[in-house]
Amino acid sequence: MPVSDATGLDVEAIREDFPILDRKIGGDVTVPGPDEDDDTPLYYLDNAATSHTPRQVVEAMTEYYYEYNSNVHRGIHSLSQEASVAYEEAHDRVAEFVGADGREEVVFTKNTTEAFNLVAYTWGLTELEPGENVVTTQMEHHASLVTWQQLCEKQGAEVRYAEIDDDGRLDMDDLRAKVDDDTAMVSAVHVSNTLGTINPVEEITEIAHEHDALSFIDGAQAVPTRPVDVGEIDADFYAFSGHKMLGPTGIGVLYGKEGLLEELPPFLVGGAMIRRVEFEGATWEDLPWKFEAGTPPIAEAVGLTAAIDYLEDVGMDAIEQHERELATYAYDRLSEFDDVEIYGPREGRGGLVGFNLEGVHAHDLSSILDDHGVAVRAGDHCTQPLHDVLDVPASTRASFYLYNTREEIDELIDAVDTARQLFA
Amino acid sequence: MSGSDMYRQQILDHYKNPRNYGEMADPDFSHVGENPSCGDTIKVDVKLADDDETIEEVSFTGDGCAISQAAASLLTKELPGKRIEDLHGMDTDDITEMLGVEISPMRIKCAVLARQVAQDGAKLYRGEIDEKDRTITEE
Repeated sequence: MPVSDATGLDVEAIREDFPILDRKIGGDVTVPGPDEDDDTPLYYLDNAATSHTPRQVVEAMTEYYYEYNSNVHRGIHSLSQEASVAYEEAHDRVAEFVGADGREEVVFTKNTTEAFNLVAYTWGLTELEPGENVVTTQMEHHASLVTWQQLCEKQGAEVRYAEIDDDGRLDMDDLRAKVDDDTAMVSAVHVSNTLGTINPVEEITEIAHEHDALSFIDGAQAVPTRPVDVGEIDADFYAFSGHKMLGPTGIGVLYGKEGLLEELPPFLVGGAMIRRVEFEGATWEDLPWKFEAGTPPIAEAVGLTAAIDYLEDVGMDAIEQHERELATYAYDRLSEFDDVEIYGPREGRGGLVGFNLEGVHAHDLSSILDDHGVAVRAGDHCTQPLHDVLDVPASTRASFYLYNTREEIDELIDAVDTARQLFA
Repeated sequence: MSGSDMYRQQILDHYKNPRNYGEMADPDFSHVGENPSCGDTIKVDVKLADDDETIEEVSFTGDGCAISQAAASLLTKELPGKRIEDLHGMDTDDITEMLGVEISPMRIKCAVLARQVAQDGAKLYRGEIDEKDRTITEE
């Protein structure tokens, strides 16, 4: 297929690393994998849900399973030592990638959702007092929003939602007004998965710190798509998922400042996270292992390391620029339709565009796009309260990554136009 | 099956021009249901014949995706003249046959919502199930 490299990425070469992009669709979807009725090229624009996996990542994980598969931290035999080194060094690699001070600040979780829950169950249940409050935003993913909502309910604390303005930007005056001296935590999404809005997370963190509150930034849509430095943001906690950044499913990251993590009690207890166990009690391992109970996602950590290598090889600045270029192009092309409503701002947007076609339910639209090979997300995107604010039951979201092209967005536009005509 | 196949003329026609749309003045029973995956809602009103068995008239109101609304519209045409037993005998295949298209697995809940609402409404009317505010489509 024709490719564009207006931003300097060699998209054609990148696409060769992703075999799935050559897949055709259209056949029987009740049986996983290709079949003889597949005849439609795939235009994958659902990267905010999950990204695809390059050969290099799959090969790294295959090598792990074929060459040094073993449990970590316990065996003295050679394979276990090799696996342990790889697993531990994966933490170093992540730390370096996001600007953490070291592996002590990098806890591997299942995903971003688990990272939020980890903080809620450790910090929240021990530190959040009745009468205190957590300030978050209307544009949070359920991973964050439901976690804070339920924690506050449990603790007799209040959860406050900073509002968005008409452009879908965070109303910083409202956020500032909602943070007070009873605020214990300020939590905001770095890049909204529905609006695409990029939030001023340094400023949000500064506001939190002015009131001696902690900050927790949801970086699930940010780390895959732009350079992120948690030290520069000065966030106390920061979370993201491996599978949205070319890595495997089953691994996510909680960054936390070392001093803070040191003070927190463990989340899950059991194997691997203990130093010494007696019938009467137990003591905990050093960071980050204290928060990684049981056999961890070892192959996934190896895969995540390979994913970071791949991303850095391409360059996060170039990826960010490519995403911005595609998002602006999609925004402008969708704007050509009078009956398409786009959510979120045109400027200061990450690589995704959420929209609705008037008179056509997002799921109907998505079904028609699928028939054209265009894979998008349709529904509430795990931001139901935000959809209530937008006053729509659902929306359709096209989200881009380093392997996407303008030509794929043209396919999206053609398919949207087909749907318009069908439903006219 | 594929998206455009799902949106053949009949579905689009019933979505754009729903039949028997509106609240009935004096239904024998009414029931409401929703399909949370699409946010579809359907209310079905049913009038029975004097034998209290035969469905005489069906109307609906609702909001949601084309599949759910077209299925409801088609059902209001399909049911009159049938007995409540026939309604209870309707399965997913009957609905896809009625729609005239294959429905992709992720959208089946949309297609069967109206049928399920009508079935639950009939069961409530006959006291075969306990009070149920809303029907929620599940797998």
